[in-house]
Amino acid sequence: MLVRMLPKLLLPVLALLLAGCETVVMSPSGDVAVQQRNLIVASTILMLLIIVPVIALTLFFAWRYRASNTDAPYDPEWNHSTALELVIWSAPLLIIIALGALTWIGTHTLDPYRPLDRIEAGRPLAPDAKTLKVQVVAMDWKWLFLYPDYGVASVNELAAPVDMPIQFQITASTVMNSFFIPALAGQIYAMPGMQTELNAVINRAGDFEGFSANYSGAGFSGMRFRFKALDAAGFDAWIAKARAEGGSLQREDYLQLEKPSERDPVRWYANVPADLYPAILNMCVEKTKMCMSEMMAIDANGGMGKEGLFNVSHLIYDQPRARGAHATIKGKDYVSALCPVPGAPAPSEHAARLAP
Amino acid sequence: MHEERSQLMQTLFGRLSLEAIPYHEPILLATFAVAALLGGSLFGYVTYQRKWGYLYREWFCSIDHKKIGIMYMVLGIVMLIRGFADAIMMRLQQAIAFGDAAGYLPPHHYDQIFTAHGVIMIFFVAMPLITGLMNYIVPLQIGARDVAFPFLNNFSFWMTSAGAALVMVSLFIGEFAKTGWLAYPPLSGVAYSPDVGVDYYIWSLQIAGVGTLLSGVNLLATIVKMRAPGMTLMKMPIFTWTALCTNVLIVAAFPVLTAVLVLLSLDRYVGTAFFTNDFGGNPMMYVNLIWIWGHPEVYILILPVFGVFSEVVSTFSRKRLFGYASMVYATVVITILSYLVWLHHFFTMGSGASVNSFFGITTMIISIPTGAKIFNWLFTMYRGRIQFEVPMLWTIGFMVTFVVGGMTGVLLAVPPADFVLHNSLFLIAHFHNVIIGGVVFGVFAGINFWFPKATGFKLDPFWGKTSFWFWFVGFWFAFMPLYVLGLMGVTRRLSHFDDPSLQIWFQIAAFGAVLILFGIVAFLVQIYVSIRDREKLRDHTGDPWGGRTLEWSTSSPPPDYNFAFTPVVREQDAWWDMKARGHQRPLQGYLPIHMPKSTGAGLLLAGLSAVCGFAFIWHIWWLVVASFVALIGSAIAHTFNYNRDFYIPADVVTRVENERTRLLAQQG
Amino acid sequence: MAHSATQALGTADTSGFYDLRGEHHPENGTMLGFWLYLMSDCLVFAVLFAMYGVVGGSYAAGPSPKDLFDLPLVAVNTSMLLFSSITYGFAMLEMQRNRQSATLLWLAVTGLFGVAFVSLEIYEFLHLIHEGAGPQRSAFLSAFFTLVGTHGLHVSFGIIWLITLMVQVTRRGLSVENRRRLNCLSLFWHFLDVVWIGVFTFVYLMGVLR
Repeated sequence: MLVRMLPKLLLPVLALLLAGCETVVMSPSGDVAVQQRNLIVASTILMLLIIVPVIALTLFFAWRYRASNTDAPYDPEWNHSTALELVIWSAPLLIIIALGALTWIGTHTLDPYRPLDRIEAGRPLAPDAKTLKVQVVAMDWKWLFLYPDYGVASVNELAAPVDMPIQFQITASTVMNSFFIPALAGQIYAMPGMQTELNAVINRAGDFEGFSANYSGAGFSGMRFRFKALDAAGFDAWIAKARAEGGSLQREDYLQLEKPSERDPVRWYANVPADLYPAILNMCVEKTKMCMSEMMAIDANGGMGKEGLFNVSHLIYDQPRARGAHATIKGKDYVSALCPVPGAPAPSEHAARLAP
Repeated sequence: MHEERSQLMQTLFGRLSLEAIPYHEPILLATFAVAALLGGSLFGYVTYQRKWGYLYREWFCSIDHKKIGIMYMVLGIVMLIRGFADAIMMRLQQAIAFGDAAGYLPPHHYDQIFTAHGVIMIFFVAMPLITGLMNYIVPLQIGARDVAFPFLNNFSFWMTSAGAALVMVSLFIGEFAKTGWLAYPPLSGVAYSPDVGVDYYIWSLQIAGVGTLLSGVNLLATIVKMRAPGMTLMKMPIFTWTALCTNVLIVAAFPVLTAVLVLLSLDRYVGTAFFTNDFGGNPMMYVNLIWIWGHPEVYILILPVFGVFSEVVSTFSRKRLFGYASMVYATVVITILSYLVWLHHFFTMGSGASVNSFFGITTMIISIPTGAKIFNWLFTMYRGRIQFEVPMLWTIGFMVTFVVGGMTGVLLAVPPADFVLHNSLFLIAHFHNVIIGGVVFGVFAGINFWFPKATGFKLDPFWGKTSFWFWFVGFWFAFMPLYVLGLMGVTRRLSHFDDPSLQIWFQIAAFGAVLILFGIVAFLVQIYVSIRDREKLRDHTGDPWGGRTLEWSTSSPPPDYNFAFTPVVREQDAWWDMKARGHQRPLQGYLPIHMPKSTGAGLLLAGLSAVCGFAFIWHIWWLVVASFVALIGSAIAHTFNYNRDFYIPADVVTRVENERTRLLAQQG
Repeated sequence: MAHSATQALGTADTSGFYDLRGEHHPENGTMLGFWLYLMSDCLVFAVLFAMYGVVGGSYAAGPSPKDLFDLPLVAVNTSMLLFSSITYGFAMLEMQRNRQSATLLWLAVTGLFGVAFVSLEIYEFLHLIHEGAGPQRSAFLSAFFTLVGTHGLHVSFGIIWLITLMVQVTRRGLSVENRRRLNCLSLFWHFLDVVWIGVFTFVYLMGVLR
């Protein structure tokens, strides 16, 4: 009976705990984050089923069987009970089975790579619904957002219309970061030369915070951006503003932007070339460099043989971005490339998925 | 002219120059002044007492597992103070650096501090403390006279110390890594961390890692080969069981760390392309490999303290441990499973849903044996006669605290939950909850429990309880706010915040850290007071708690040879069983005892390794070659020493044992 | 406590509690300990193999194993190492027959085979570096040099150890300690042989076949 009553007893405690802190993770504004929150709450309740009795029993036994309480039974040789052993192994087992099922289902439905099938609970996605595509680049130490469908880009400010699915393609320029907007959805790593994806939707208009959740060096603390969830008109106005006020983001401008800087003000760019993001992802914004996608295609065909030994100048990615005044990287011999560098490499399918 | 000179300086000193001394940083200067003052006065005191010879002969060169165990404990406690100083600096910075206030630590400094804090606490506090406990207790518990390879034991200790010394040197010469405690590339690569910090990191861990690995091999061979007659595996004390599993983990995990750090150093020194973005390297491979070491490492730390709690709970409940067999199976299951969960440290890297769920579920499965263990301790208390001595307080504090950490850990193992909690202060709160609530509480329980065995007198209970309560309350104050902050979406490793509503939580956490500071101070006072009042706290029986395992059957402190005669084991709690059968000490017929000889070789080899590491860090190539050749040469020379053992004559044994007989008789 | 130290000397029945004749000599743990060390070393190689497995196809638009490896040379090299294992076996057989000079002779032959192996490997490395295919050129080459080089370093240390042991056997004969040490080196030497068979198969043969 006690076991059956426990959830009822626990609910007020839990409610207090959760309501006590009006935190962004516990009260998010995007459907994905809401589901993640629900999973946290469900798992916590499941586990409290066992944690609370354990804590209570610990304190109770400690008090009941204290040495000074000679009324309590004392049984110094009692050390085994098959029935009890069965209970203490199977009780956690049952909870883990329940939690495991929850995990399996939750992990698959909330896979960041999976396109959304609903906007909110009870609001399935219309078959002709438009998806907003955003390409995200984590840089030293700022965020670049490119809108391929609009040809605009922004630094340290992200905007999206409410209730429209957003598909993020995420990469980084130098080191590993993590792209995280707690109000919207869980985070995913941003890694150089690789692409991760995130599908999410924001359900409430507002101005939210986003940041890097993976330490990336000296400017990390200031690597934050605003996420503006706007209504349709507001989003159009935002795009129009970016087009009107935005500067140019050609490859040379990107290379300037790529230099380490901290706490950059919000900036907009208009007329962003469509091949910029693929070039960033493939680490070949400098046209003299071989793109990773091309390199991997060559490798898949068995490499370039000994002739390929000397085209190294086009492969060095880290060196120009190196930090620190006295970076001590030795120069390398190089001979010009054997084939012309393609202007617009195809975006690599070399995404960061370890297992598709 | 100038060019020539700098060329010469370059050859002589590599990249080491006077600029590497941080004399322009007041915090470091003050730290240096304090360290120099304390070190100087210690040095002066030892010199004044003319104890250098004694220290060198009786301790530094000792191959006695008991003395080495104590030296490990001292190392761990000294480094705890350093690591905690880092912690309180971070807490202070985070409590004040809001809005326009930048705090007192610039990122350059703050980033080194959190890296050093993590590295020191894991490698140079937790590892020495649990290795020290195992070193001291395991041979006594299995009725052995020393470990299997006594010289290696001394060498391992000095290698660990050499690694710790390199970390300390980085405070005053150059700088430490600014990468976080696992130094993920590409950030830790030479392009983004060109300075000496990461090199200090690599070499201190490599040198200490050799020590840890060898000590793992050593204890494993000891437990497998040197148990007293009659002690079958299922009659081993539970602490020895957990030590066995931990050392299996050490031997199976540390080579991975060694290898992955070799690969990182090749990237940095030779320009290979393992983890850089150039030339087809793959940084994700580093993250995988380091966690294949890193996750078992967590269990390396926690398993032995599970053993400590098992010993403590049954001793102070005056009752046999409930479910010995299931405890053993639980330990073994945890040992095996700990290799199948590493990916849960980076669910957010973008693996597929199936991979993530697999690793999430294996992680949860670990909580089943762990839960069984908790229940076993619980039912050991059931129908016991519980004495609330200091070790038992730590144990109950652990049981209440650890389950909360376990719960948040399972929560983090649910991948979609991890997506919002990963790298947040919630994660920080979780692992401090299990490492402080588990490892630290366990080590303190162990210290209070076995201190009388090592010294012959108990630790002062008043200051012990004071220390416990400060730690316990301080822990909850310091880390519960971090759970809340994690739910507020605050990420780790930030040195500055914009949102003023967070500040109150950081201030509470800082208050908690101050309470923990009092806990540490109370512990040091406890040691001091106990040594001062040692005659009052003296125990002549060797068995002050009414112990159950063999270490309590010999005197406190045990003689060099541990046992005049090897005990014969019949039951699980061998000493309890011997007492129940009316134990009689043999009072005559002592035989000469075969023992290993002390040697300074371990100290020498470890010192040369540290010099070699230092030379590598600063690119002083001539010194690298010289110290490496000296290292190999000394190792070879050491193998020419065949004179490694001696016999303690029977009359010496008789004298020592007769003294014990006299003391026992006095006791009545 | 249960001690009754006041009992008259010699009358106490303590035989059930202790091994009074000092007969309990713990087994020697050296071979077990050394075996454990070898297993840990095996894991180091496992990591290097894994690394090679992951980046072994990343030629960075450079040469692949097919373009670089000289199988006949590697075959000669491999046979050197295999012969050295056989001759080490002969040395151990002679040791068991207590024939010191024969043991030393076979050890010397083993060492020469080892030196030949290492020399050929150094030649191979220098040749590759000279061609421009050094460990910096691609992740594949990094992994190749590291895996093969680590094995070569082990063999080199084995040779130093072997020479040390030869001096020690010369000085002190086939004593218990020296036999134990020769046994350990034997384990080490054959272990390196087994690792090399892995290297030969996975790196060279499969590299060229791929």
